Parts: sequence; structure tokens; C-alpha cells
Amino acid sequence: METTSGAEPATSQIESLSRTHLAECYQCGKCTAGCPVAERMDIPPTRLIRLLQLGDSDAALRANSIWQCVSCQTCTTRCPKSVDCAGVLDALRQLAFERGTLSPAERRTVLFQKAFLDNIRRHGRLNEIELIAAFKGAVFLRDRSLPFLFRDAGLAPQLARRRKLHLAGEQAKDRGVVARIFARAANGGAQ
Amino acid sequence: MNLGYYPGCALHGSSNDYEQSLRACLGALDVTLAEIDDWICCGATSAHSLNHKLAIALPARNLALAGRQGLDEMFAPCPMCSMQLLRASQAMAADARLRDEISAMVEAEIPSGPRVLNLIQVFQRVGLDKLKTAVKTPLKDLKPACYYGCLLVRPPTVVDFDDAEQPQSMEAIVTALGAKPVAWGSKTECCGAGMTMAKAETVLRLSGRILANAVAHGANCLAVACPMCHVNLDMKQGEAAAFLGTKFDLPVYYLSDLVGMALGLSPEALGVDRHFVVAGGAN
Repeated sequence: METTSGAEPATSQIESLSRTHLAECYQCGKCTAGCPVAERMDIPPTRLIRLLQLGDSDAALRANSIWQCVSCQTCTTRCPKSVDCAGVLDALRQLAFERGTLSPAERRTVLFQKAFLDNIRRHGRLNEIELIAAFKGAVFLRDRSLPFLFRDAGLAPQLARRRKLHLAGEQAKDRGVVARIFARAANGGAQ
Repeated sequence: MNLGYYPGCALHGSSNDYEQSLRACLGALDVTLAEIDDWICCGATSAHSLNHKLAIALPARNLALAGRQGLDEMFAPCPMCSMQLLRASQAMAADARLRDEISAMVEAEIPSGPRVLNLIQVFQRVGLDKLKTAVKTPLKDLKPACYYGCLLVRPPTVVDFDDAEQPQSMEAIVTALGAKPVAWGSKTECCGAGMTMAKAETVLRLSGRILANAVAHGANCLAVACPMCHVNLDMKQGEAAAFLGTKFDLPVYYLSDLVGMALGLSPEALGVDRHFVVAGGAN
């Protein structure tokens, strides 16, 4: 049963994005067994793949677990059927992001990834201070959590003392080409 | 030896101690680095999580820039960068249409090379025999837990380096330096990687387990070859200990710190004094 609205069924998009065949998985559970964050997942990797095999991509796209994943590649490495499980989770994240089916509990992780890419789009290279400010600001606007806003603030002087804090940040010279790469990826990025 | 050099954002940001270390160390071994002109970020986890096309295009632009400079080898000291460069390169090698499409996206011709090297491979290229004879101060008191983390060895289909489950290449190098690496169980477990900001608790839990495992196996320091691993295991060490209700006092060295110290360079020259945990207590 394919229930997700959208032009192309999510499962075939996931197969093409991750270049993997979901039907190959025979549910041995090795991906979940080796996953360092499986204990915190609502739907662990083996069951995510099973949901996709059964065509229930909605449940997979809404799972908290796709944002718990730390992309350590252990599942992909140990799969006896060469299913790129970490690649499937990447594809699920991308589709959940594009379709807006994000689990509200995991919004913070998405805000971080968005702030990171926005930073690169503008500078070509990461400006860490600006990333932290943009991410913390975006989270604060949503959660109004002062402890989160000021968490890590104590690190700033410690980093400065170690000459690890760069207020200006580096930029690529040709930022025009970076902006154009981002624009083109936004147009055809899902394919 | 002259190598193309792709530092990546971390080494030009808060992990500039890693760049200081490898420049000092490789300089002493007559390895010169030709930085890729106007390199851009590889996109890291954010790109491969949210936009598959961007995750190929950003590293591809850097491969193209390296090609323009005539570099056929490219040293990427950050395993995230290095995996993304390899992934993009392989995806385009397998699909000529993709290469043309990405080439148009990044406004540059993308060569089929260059070869991407991690820090361990650079030391292997220098040669363990040469390293051994260059040692001035054997690291005989060090019992490092050699920590590979994820992306130096995974996924093996992409990075094709050492053994994905039981790598030994770092142990071989530190042994050549006179150190006694410990056998331990967390050498390829994940430290939480780029989740330091977004999911701090994940990092504390995973990094805490790694540090505890190193201590349990008798290590008196860690050796790493990744800027993110260093942040999570060094900068976050105090927090990880508090999270687990314990204490750690485990200096975390970049592999280039250990090679450099064995070659007789001072900790200050390598930037070791800028770490959070230094030998003999928190810095």
C-alpha cells in the first residue's frame, strides 16, 4: 500500500536516491544490532526497511529514528545483502525534509542541517560562529528554551584561549559559483 | 613528496590545532602540501542528509579544482571530507551522464582522479621504515588506544582502507614510534560525529562509552585522525565524564602529534598545548 501523496511513490524515490534494492533485505537484523543509537529509536533500521518493503513509507518518513541516525555507516558495512541502509536513511531524511513530514521531536536536528547548508551557500566555507548563532537562534524561536540558547556559551572563552575561535571566518573567493551550485541542486536535487 | 591538500572547514576553523600538527609533522618529513585553490566545503552530513545532488556536487567542485591545478593526489585529513570526495568520485565514475550533469552544475570539467588520501595513508606513503629511523624520542611511555571512528574505514565499498571491523594501520604506525598500543573494543565505534551541537546527549553517551572502554583496556591516551572525533573526545571529555558520573584524564592526540613528538618536535610546535586535556590533567 503506497499512501504518501506526491507524484512519485516514495519507495521508488528512496531506491533511486540510495541506489539500493529494498527487496534484497531479508530482515536478519544485523543493521539494528550494530547501530550505536538503536536503543533510542522508535523504529530501528531493520523495521524501517520492512515498512518500505511493505509500501508504508508514511510511517518511515515520520519516524524519529531517521534523525537519531549518526550516519556511522555500520549498518551499510555489515549488511550481508549489500543494502546501503545508511543511504536509505539519507534518502528518508531528504524526502521527509522535502515533503515536510518531519517528526516534531526531531526538528532541532533539521534546523541544524539547514543552518549548516545555508552557511555554506553564502560563504562557500563554514563560518562556525555564525552557524552556532543561526542554529541557536532558530531553535530559540521555536522552543523558547533559554538553557539551550546558552548551553555551550561557557566554551567560547575556553576556545578563544586556545586560539580556536575565529570571529571572521573564511570565505571562498568565488561565492557566485557556490550559490549557483546550490540553486541548481535545489531544482533537481531530489532526482 | 608533494601532495594536493584539501583542508576542509574544520581544519581552518576550531580544529586548526590539527592543521598546525600535520603541517609541523609533515614538514619534518619533507612532505609539502599544495592547498587546493579556492576549495569549498564538502557539504558533510548536512548535504548527504538533505540533498543528495548537493552531496555529490560540492565535493565534485573540489575534485575539479584539484584537476585544474594538475594534482593527481589529494590529501584530505578529515575523514568526512575524504569519504564525500571518494563517494562523489565513484558515483561519477560509474555514471557518465551523472558526471556530465555535475560538471555542468559546478561549471568545471571533473577529472576521473585525483586519488584521495587520508592521514594514515600519507604516513604509509612516507614509509614505516623511514619513520622508524627518523624517531628521536621513542614514545615508550605511551599506551594509546588507536581510535578510527567511522569514516576512515566505513563504508569499505567507498573508502577501501584497512579492515572495516579490525583495522591495524594506526597501531603499526604508533608501534614504529615506540609506543605500545592497547587492544580494545571501541576502535571503530561512533563518537556521535557531527551531532555535537544538534544532539549533544548522543555525543556524550557515545563518546563516554569509547573513553571508558579505552581506560578499561589500560590506555593512557587516544590516537585519532579525525577533527570531529577529536572535538567529541577531547573538548567534550569533561562533559562526557560528568554524563557518565565518572572522571577521565585521557589526552587525545592526532596521529600527527604522536609522529611529530617522536620526531622530536615540541608539543607547542604541534599545538598539543591547545587541546582541552593535556598529559597530567585538564588544560
